[in-house]
Amino acid sequence: MCDNCRALIEAPIQSDIRGEKMLIKKTDDINSGEITDEKLFWNRRMFIRGAVLVTTATATGMLYRKLATPNQQPPKTDVAQADPGSGYLTPSGEKATGFEDITNYNNFYEFSTSKEGVAPRAKNFVTRPWTVEVGGMVHKPKTFDIDDLIKLSPLEDRVYRFRCVEAWSMIIPWLGFPLKRLLDEVEPMGSAKYVAFTTLFDPERMPNQRREALPWPYVEGLRLDEAMHPLTILTAGLYGKMLPPQNGAPIRLVVPWKYGFKSVKSIVKIALTDTQPRTTWNDVAPDEYGFYSNVNPDVSHPRWSQATERRIGEWGRRDTLMFNGYGDQVARLYSGMDLKVNF
Amino acid sequence: MPDIKFSKLVVFVNSAVPCALLGWDAYHHRLGANPQEFVLHTTGTSALVFLCLSLAVTPLRKALGLPWLIQFRRTLGLFAFFYGCLHLLAYTWFDKSFNLGAIVEDTLKRPFIFLGMFAFLVLVPLAITSTNKMVKRLGGRRWNRLHKLAYVAAISGVVHYYLLVKADTRVPLAFGFVLAVLFGYRMLNKFLPSLTERRLARTPAAKL
Repeated sequence: MCDNCRALIEAPIQSDIRGEKMLIKKTDDINSGEITDEKLFWNRRMFIRGAVLVTTATATGMLYRKLATPNQQPPKTDVAQADPGSGYLTPSGEKATGFEDITNYNNFYEFSTSKEGVAPRAKNFVTRPWTVEVGGMVHKPKTFDIDDLIKLSPLEDRVYRFRCVEAWSMIIPWLGFPLKRLLDEVEPMGSAKYVAFTTLFDPERMPNQRREALPWPYVEGLRLDEAMHPLTILTAGLYGKMLPPQNGAPIRLVVPWKYGFKSVKSIVKIALTDTQPRTTWNDVAPDEYGFYSNVNPDVSHPRWSQATERRIGEWGRRDTLMFNGYGDQVARLYSGMDLKVNF
Repeated sequence: MPDIKFSKLVVFVNSAVPCALLGWDAYHHRLGANPQEFVLHTTGTSALVFLCLSLAVTPLRKALGLPWLIQFRRTLGLFAFFYGCLHLLAYTWFDKSFNLGAIVEDTLKRPFIFLGMFAFLVLVPLAITSTNKMVKRLGGRRWNRLHKLAYVAAISGVVHYYLLVKADTRVPLAFGFVLAVLFGYRMLNKFLPSLTERRLARTPAAKL
């Protein structure tokens, strides 16, 4: 095409010779005044080419943006300090992860399997009215209205390490109270050994439940002594505010020495049992996710290492601590157990 | 046939767009809560996308009767390699802090890392032999046979991705599906070319 064009442009020059050899006869038909000026021709061509480049690149860019862009967050030049309620520290002096990061990077498959996709999709999640049914092997089963449940005990700030099984971690200033307070209220029977938790199942409100991303509803469980441990909390808020939907509103569990998926979100049912309850990830992949799922750098996930983790907001990786650093308080719960078998 | 030089430029510029935007977003701190992971995933996915695009060239040019599409294959293949390099660099840097021993250990211990490394290593000779000179040196047939390895790299790459995902395997499965279609076309084309090719006045002699 290029050469053709050039031949066309060169044609009038040849016809100017007007002599013995008329190479291109047709040019006679075109008045030389009608022939586009060469400069103009090239300008036009450059313009079209420029437009093609810009248009296609823009289209590709838009496709990329659609497929591969995390939530547009405000530039995070030390978000933790920019946060209103910052200054939250763990007892060992670790600074809380930024509020923006905690609320825009979530595993909550009921809304989306993309961690960045949860917050926008959970934005309009309605958490009132809400009840939590507490029953099973208890003397005083009761269905709590969420607002009564939250008032059961004064809410305390608990700045905990949070370690995801995907090998990333955060420091989260939760607002909650010990689960023990609720369990005491319903009086577990002597024969109760476990506590089973169930997340809301409502595909209207949790749109990704229309897909079989996981078997719904999400269920989790703890041994009773784990559930009664003072570190185990029912959580209604973070950073001193109400829990945002993407973090498990209106009420969730937090068990800081276990991988994050044990800390079940948006709880509607708590039942005490004498047999080990089913747990969702264990159902899906029993060789990868055990019932206990205690944070343990020495027991690898079958597909990746758990020895190190990326703390959100930090550049390099840090070593993962046994029981997520809560060993001095919880290791005794597992004395005599082989944690490689009971992972 | 469109102007090849300019068309190639268009393909090149568009192929560079993901890298440019990734760099732009990184510069403006817009890669989300876990930027290292975002870079890792985006470069890896881009490598697979470009690998699939480069493998789609031959089936498309045959099925649609557009022989000039072949001119883009090298650019697309080299971009696959380029994104593969970035992906490996991100892993080496962000996940392993350039600790070679840890990388070797990881590679031997974790099947998904092994497959990723394998896919990358397979791409290296293909990138090296991508020049016209090398095509001539190897001879068209040998070169062609060697570059069938692109399929091996793509399959390893997709399994590498599949093994990494916790539960939602839709994206790696979609890549697998695309590869299966492309490979299926090639198989069908091998045995029943009359069914799969749109011919441009092909004479029996040209078939030879």
